[in-house]
Amino acid sequence: MAKKSTPFEYAPAPESRSIVDIKPSYGLFVDGEFVDGRGSSFKTVNPATEETLAEIAEASEADVDLAVRAARRAFRGWSRMSGRERAKYLFRIARIIQERGRELAVLESIDNGKPIKESRDVDVPVVAAHFFYYAGWADKLEHAGLGPDPQPLGVAGQVIPWNFPLLMLAWKVAPALACGNTVVLKPAETTPLTALLFAEICQQADLPPGVVNIVTGAGGTGQAVVSHPDVDKVAFTGSTAVGKAIARAIAGSDKKATLELGGKAANIVFDDAAIDQAVEGIVGGIFFNQGHVCCAGSRLLVQESVADELLAKLKRRMGTLRVGDPLDKNTDIGAINSREQLDRIRELSDIGEAEGAERWAPPCDLPASGFWFPPTIFTGVTQAHRIAREEVFGPVLSVLTFRTPAEAVEKANNTPYGLSAGVWTEKGSRILHMASQLRAGVVWANTFNKFDPASPFGGYKESGYGREGGRQGLAAYLKGADA
Amino acid sequence: MARIDVRKTYKLYIGGAFPRSESGHSYEVTDSKGKFVANASLASRKDVRDAVVAARKAFGPWSARTAYNRSQILYRIAEVMEDRRPQFEEAVKQSEGGTAAAARGQVDAAVDRLVWYAGWADKLAQVIGNANPVAGPFFNHTAPEPTGVVGVLAPQSSSLLGLVSVVAPAIVTGNVAVVVSSYARPLPAVTFAEVLATSDVPGGVVNILTGDAAVLAPWLAAHMDVNAIDLCGVAGSAELATSLEVAAADNLKRVRRAPDAEPDWTLDPGLSPMTAFVEHKTVWHPIGI
Repeated sequence: MAKKSTPFEYAPAPESRSIVDIKPSYGLFVDGEFVDGRGSSFKTVNPATEETLAEIAEASEADVDLAVRAARRAFRGWSRMSGRERAKYLFRIARIIQERGRELAVLESIDNGKPIKESRDVDVPVVAAHFFYYAGWADKLEHAGLGPDPQPLGVAGQVIPWNFPLLMLAWKVAPALACGNTVVLKPAETTPLTALLFAEICQQADLPPGVVNIVTGAGGTGQAVVSHPDVDKVAFTGSTAVGKAIARAIAGSDKKATLELGGKAANIVFDDAAIDQAVEGIVGGIFFNQGHVCCAGSRLLVQESVADELLAKLKRRMGTLRVGDPLDKNTDIGAINSREQLDRIRELSDIGEAEGAERWAPPCDLPASGFWFPPTIFTGVTQAHRIAREEVFGPVLSVLTFRTPAEAVEKANNTPYGLSAGVWTEKGSRILHMASQLRAGVVWANTFNKFDPASPFGGYKESGYGREGGRQGLAAYLKGADA
Repeated sequence: MARIDVRKTYKLYIGGAFPRSESGHSYEVTDSKGKFVANASLASRKDVRDAVVAARKAFGPWSARTAYNRSQILYRIAEVMEDRRPQFEEAVKQSEGGTAAAARGQVDAAVDRLVWYAGWADKLAQVIGNANPVAGPFFNHTAPEPTGVVGVLAPQSSSLLGLVSVVAPAIVTGNVAVVVSSYARPLPAVTFAEVLATSDVPGGVVNILTGDAAVLAPWLAAHMDVNAIDLCGVAGSAELATSLEVAAADNLKRVRRAPDAEPDWTLDPGLSPMTAFVEHKTVWHPIGI
């Protein structure tokens, strides 16, 4: 059935990396200046080549304390500044991000491993849009329906993941600043470079010192940020296990929290769906960003009557995906972000096979160095299999089947997560029915993995709480506002 | 010779029925002066679990009702309460002491609060939901949905107005509730359960356990099939509240934190008692021909 595909031959089309200037080492960004950390340092690596890109300061507890103090000092002026003036700083930042967009995209692809076509066409434009969107809110907060005189919370401690380094920064920083908070942000250990470039952008925009502070480091640094007694608000995107640890750590305090955690989204295809569109949606749903997406459509639920047809088309389409150099403009699937993550994907995939599911990947040549994993599907998966229950966070799709809409709902909701879901059908009433039944914060119908600053994002159940984006995203950074 | 009272032992309210505590235990309820009034069931861990099962069963159908229908049912609760004013006034006065006028005032406020919340059922989504103008050809809108089973630790002091003020906002949005009543002042909650049972509220939507929050709350907070918890009933017990928050993190329950002291229940509650227990769901669909 799955004939060996003959991929088109493409000439390499690499984006030039000469636009970025990576320094040999980076300090922390505290109170408007780059400073040396007091702790040790670590290396950030290009996951496509394993070359060391730079030496990064690992912020100690004392460093984090300095950053929080700087943020606290800056809060007075920033929160009292009129919204109109705050807005102009955010607009400036948004413009600079657009102007330096290519630089940011290339740097993101080098440090993260994601294809340049994604960093260039998705990450960076959405980052700029996010700052534009929230810039516009800064002087309109009293019209947001969140109380007559909304007040900022204070200092926000923000910890973000490696899968969308700059985009997650934007999701955290833009609404916080628009509402009059100041921030201490910790980028992920493996992807600090665009956050440090963002720090330069803050300088370029003449943002008052201390409004944005960036402390690089690993888990210990993140822990110091969220548990610092003078942090009023914790915003975290990452694993459910760490999210729970944060919820425990801030128990009994006055800290507010938003947690954007893991997911195991069902992508449900009914027999009347436009199959070719659905195949594109399935591919985008699981292979976008190497599957390093918390809302990835990692469980395909396909109606039994069209399962064979759909799988044949899906396999054919997967045969055309190009895995390789993230900076090549033709690349569809880039590098896995780290060896650690690659090990996890391999481990869960091996368990999938051991538990009896059938593994398939198109023939593809993977580069000799760097971290790579081919686009992979598992068929014959049952709900009890670990690959159907646990977040793989890689380009691995589990395929299950169903017969009735009720069975699809039951299987889709049979997970502790509830971040996103997809529905493919040409029947409008069924879309609305499924959308109402799926216990997930985002439902994509006849589309998948769409993001927009105006659109709230966040999960049900163990996918976390609070929303980022849209009017709802403001509530996370204002006193007394739940939604 | 004076007539001998019929002394009552009140029961729990679980799944629309009035069972005794599975533990067989009860405790003496006294009035504000320490005089015996009645026995109340002393709910146990097993009763908490039974109540969660009943609530989970009721969640699907209750959340699927139209907002208009939920509104009608909340208004019906207010109507039936209004009918039983004297009994509520007596229960509040016994529980909290104070004057008859104060008890009347509290019953007035409790009934009025139910009427206020009844009206929110079909309005909240319009106030806190929205259409999202995304940068592309997509229909995109966000609306609130109930989070699921909510554990409610009812306030210890305000035996009726406080109780109504934490139960009504949870259920009006389509959630179901497992309520632990005030320990020392449970009788208004018991009477409220009798009202619920005769007000078209489906069994399991509200379950009321009389007993000690300090004993029951840890089980409720740690229960993996409870989606959210309101810690109001342990206001002022910082250590207990913290341990409950820690337990609630096991499945990332939505937590309404315990205040330092019980709030003034006569104030305008605002939207937060409702918004604390709703999820915002965003739905996308392409626009095209």
